[in-house]
Amino acid sequence: MIMQTPTTSSPSAPVLEIRGLTQRFGGLTALSDFSVTLGHNRLAGLIGPNGAGKTTVFNLVSGFYQPTEGEILVNGQATAGLKPHKVTTLGVARTFQNIRLWNQMTVLDNIRVAQHGKLDYGFLQAVLRTKGYFKCEERIEEEAHELLKIFDLDKFADEFPTNLPYGLQRKLEIVRALSEKPQLLLLDEPAAGLNSVDVQELIRLIQWIHDSFEVTIWMIEHHMDVMMQLCDEIKVIDFGQTIAEGTAEHVRNHPAVISAYLGDDNI
Amino acid sequence: MKPILQRYSVHLLLILCGGIITYLAYEEAIGLYTLSVLMFMGVNVILSTSLNLVNGNMGEFSCGHAGFMCVGAYVSSILGVLLFAKDKVFGVPLLDPGLALYCFPLIILAGGLAAAVAGLLVALPSYKTRGDYLAIITIAANYIIISLVENLGVIGGSRGFMGMKKVVNAMNDTIDLPWMVIWVFIFTVLTVWLLRRYNSSTFGKGVSAICQDEVAAEIMSVNTNKVKTITFMLSSGLAGVAGGLFAYIIGYVNPGSFNILKSTEVLVMVYLGGMASLSGAVMSAMFFTVLLELLRPLQIIKWVVIPLLLIIVMQFRPEGIMGNRELSDIFPKLKRFYRFK
Amino acid sequence: MLEIIIQNLINALQWGSFYALIALGYTMVYGVLVLINFAHGDVFMVGAYIAFFVATFILSVLGLPGWIALGLTIPLTMILTAMVGVSLERIAYRPLRRKGAHRLYVVITALMCGLILEHGNLALLGASRKAFPPLIVEHVYTIGGVTFTNLKVAVIVTAILSFFILQWIVTKTKVGMAMRAISYDKFAVPLMGIPIDSIIVITFALGSSFAGLAGILFAMSYPVLEPYMGALIGWKAFIAAVVGGIGDIRGAFLGGFLLGAVEILVVAVFPSTYRDLIAFSVLLIILSIKPTGLFGIAKTTKI
Repeated sequence: MIMQTPTTSSPSAPVLEIRGLTQRFGGLTALSDFSVTLGHNRLAGLIGPNGAGKTTVFNLVSGFYQPTEGEILVNGQATAGLKPHKVTTLGVARTFQNIRLWNQMTVLDNIRVAQHGKLDYGFLQAVLRTKGYFKCEERIEEEAHELLKIFDLDKFADEFPTNLPYGLQRKLEIVRALSEKPQLLLLDEPAAGLNSVDVQELIRLIQWIHDSFEVTIWMIEHHMDVMMQLCDEIKVIDFGQTIAEGTAEHVRNHPAVISAYLGDDNI
Repeated sequence: MKPILQRYSVHLLLILCGGIITYLAYEEAIGLYTLSVLMFMGVNVILSTSLNLVNGNMGEFSCGHAGFMCVGAYVSSILGVLLFAKDKVFGVPLLDPGLALYCFPLIILAGGLAAAVAGLLVALPSYKTRGDYLAIITIAANYIIISLVENLGVIGGSRGFMGMKKVVNAMNDTIDLPWMVIWVFIFTVLTVWLLRRYNSSTFGKGVSAICQDEVAAEIMSVNTNKVKTITFMLSSGLAGVAGGLFAYIIGYVNPGSFNILKSTEVLVMVYLGGMASLSGAVMSAMFFTVLLELLRPLQIIKWVVIPLLLIIVMQFRPEGIMGNRELSDIFPKLKRFYRFK
Repeated sequence: MLEIIIQNLINALQWGSFYALIALGYTMVYGVLVLINFAHGDVFMVGAYIAFFVATFILSVLGLPGWIALGLTIPLTMILTAMVGVSLERIAYRPLRRKGAHRLYVVITALMCGLILEHGNLALLGASRKAFPPLIVEHVYTIGGVTFTNLKVAVIVTAILSFFILQWIVTKTKVGMAMRAISYDKFAVPLMGIPIDSIIVITFALGSSFAGLAGILFAMSYPVLEPYMGALIGWKAFIAAVVGGIGDIRGAFLGGFLLGAVEILVVAVFPSTYRDLIAFSVLLIILSIKPTGLFGIAKTTKI
C-alpha cells in the first residue's frame, strides 16, 4: 500500500521550510515575510480571506513564481531559480483551485504524462522503441493502473476527465498529483464546488491519503469544517501578512482571524 | 497475441503498395505526370503531418513551414551536387557518382538536420510568450530565409539552383530503378511511422498536455521548454526532408517556390484534415494534391475555387474533416490492424 | 548630412504611414476578437482598386475636376472598403464563431478569404497593372536641400490625424469602451447589455475603412495597382502591429512607422534586395528582446 519511495534527502531536514518569503507584483505586495516549517507527515492548513495571498504561497512553493525575497527549502534543498518541473521532481506536487486536468486525454494518460519527470528514455528511444523504452512505459502504465485501482478510478481509465462527475475530477486531480510520489502535497481548495456529501468523502480521502502515503499535506480551504477536522496546524494570512497560527481551536478563536473574516465589530 | 498476418498486415500492405508503384514506374506503365503527382503526394504528406505536430498536437500556430522546407531543399541540393555532380560553380564531383545512390538518404537527412537547426533558432525566442507570437516569428522566418537565399548569388540567388537531375541520373546509372519514387515512398512512410511512435509515447503525449494546459504540464513535471524544442525541431526537420525530396523530384529549386503561399497550402492541408489527427493529415494531404491537379485547367481561378471550397467545408465541419479523431476512432475495426495512437 | 537625415525621415514617415494605417486594422480586430485577420492586407488592396474605379468613374464619366474627385473618392472608398471588411466578417467569420470553431480555424478562413480576394481580382481584372489617375497636381518643394511633395505631406498628416481620431474613438467613446471591454472579457460583455456583434461589426468597419484610406493614399503615391500588392504589405503591417504591441492603437502606429524607418534606412545603405531580409530580422530581434511588443502588456497566467 505504501508507495512512497523517499528520494535523496537528509532525514533531519523538514519537508518544507520557508523563510522570510516576500512577493511583490509591481507595487502590490502579495505576500510579506512569510515563514513556515513543515515536518514529515504533517497535515497543515493555510487559510485567509479572498485575495489574502494563499495561492501565491503555493505558486511560489511550486516554482511557478520566483520570490522577490526569502527562500524556500524542499527537503533542505533551495528551490531558487528552479523551473516548476524541477521543483516537482524534488518532491512537491499540487492541485489547482480550478481543476486543471488534460481534458482531451484519457484518465490513464493523465496519470502517465504526469510521470514525465521520471522517464528514463528520451526522444530517440521513444522513436526507436528500444528495450528501455518498453520497460519504462510498462512500469509507468502498471503503476498508473495500480494507483487508479487504489482510488477506485480504474474503471474510468479509458474515459475522458470531462465525462466524470465533478467530485471525481477533483479526486483524479489529487491522484494525479500523488502519482508524482511527492513528499509534500499542496491542495488548493480541494473542496471548492463540492456538495456536503462530497465534502465528507473528501475529508475521509485526504485523511486516508495522509495516513497511508506518508506524505505531508498542506491545504488551502474555505470550508472551515474541513480544516477543523483535518489539520493539526493552521496558518492564517490576510493581505499577505501572517495574522495567526496554531491549532485549529486556537486559530478559530483568535481575535485577528475573526476580524479578518467578519470585519471589526468595534466600528 | 494477434495472428501474425493481422499484426503485420499494414506492413505487408505498404510493401505491396510501394512495390506495385515502383514496378509500374519501372515498366513505364504510369506516365511521368501521374508519377510526379504521386511523388508530390508523398512530399505533401510529410509536410502536412509534420506541421500537424506543431499546429495540431502542440496547439501552436506556426505558419512558415515552407521556410524550413527551403532550408532542407537547398542544403540537400547543394550537398548532392557538390558531392556527386559536375557543376559549373562547384566543379568536379568530390565523390564517385556511383556512391550517390547509397549516400542519398544521408543527403536528405542532412537537409532535414539543417532545417531542424533553423527550427531551433526560430523556436528559441518564442518561449517567453505563447499564443500567436510563434505565428509572427515563423512568418518572418519564412521571409528571412527566402530573402537570404535570394541574396546569395553563389547558389543562384533568385534565379534558382539546379543540377540535381544529374544526381538522380547517377543513381539510376548505378542500379536502374525509378529511385526517386522509391525514396519518396520510403521517407513518407518513415515520417508517418516516426510521428505515430512519437505521439503515442508518454514522452510525446507531453506535447498534447502542453496544448491542453501548459501550466498543468509544467507543474506535473513536464519539461515544457525541452518538449517544445524537440517537437518544433522534429517538425521543421521533417519539413526539410520534404524540401530535399521536392528539390530532387523537380531537379530545380528557386526561392520563389517556398514562399508564404506554399506555407498556406500546408496550413490548409493540416486544418482540412483536422487538428491533431495524424490520419486526417495524411488523407487531406493526398486529397489536396489530387484536388490541385484536378483543378489545374482552371488556372488562376483554381486559387479562388480552393479557398472557397475550404471555407465551405469549414462552415459545415468547423473542426476539419476528422476533428481530432483518428481513422481508427471512426472505424474501430481498424484497430485490429493498426492503431494511430 | 542633416538634409539627408531629414529627407530619409520624411520618406520613412510616408512609407511608414501605409504600414501604420494597415496595422491599425489588424490591431483593432485582434484586440477585440483575438483573431489575426489575414485578409486585411488584401482588404487594403481591394481598397486601392475601389479607389481606382471610383476615381476613374468620377473623372472620366462625370468629368469633375480632380479636387472634387478626391473629395468624393476618399469617403466613398472608405465606405465601400468598410463594406468589404464587414461582409467578410458576416459571411465567413461570424458563422464559424457561432459554431464555436477553434480560433485557428477562423484564422485559416481569414487566410482563405485573402486568397479569394487576391485571385478573384486577378481572374476578374486580369494580370495587367492598373494605372491610377492623378487626382491632384503634385508640387515638389525644396527647402534647404530637402525635397518633398504636397502628396507626401498629405499622406503623413492623414496618417497622424487618423491616429488621433482612432485613439479618441477607442479611449473616449462608448463604442471604444465596449471594444476594450470585449477584449478583456468576451463572456461578461453581453451580460452587461452590450451588443457584442454590432461592436465587432463596427471594429471591422473602422479597420477596413482605414485600410481603404491607406489604399487611396498608396495608389496616389505609387500609381500602379496589382492584385498582389496587399499581400506582402499586409504581412509586414501585421508584424509591425505585433512589434508595437498588438491590441494597442499606439503600438500599431509606432510599429508601422518603425518598420517604415527601418526599410528606408536599409535601402539607403544596402542594396534594395536586402530590404525584407534586414527589416524582418530587426523586427524579430525587437520581438525577442521585448516579446510583448513595445506597448503590449504581458498577460499573466493565473493559476
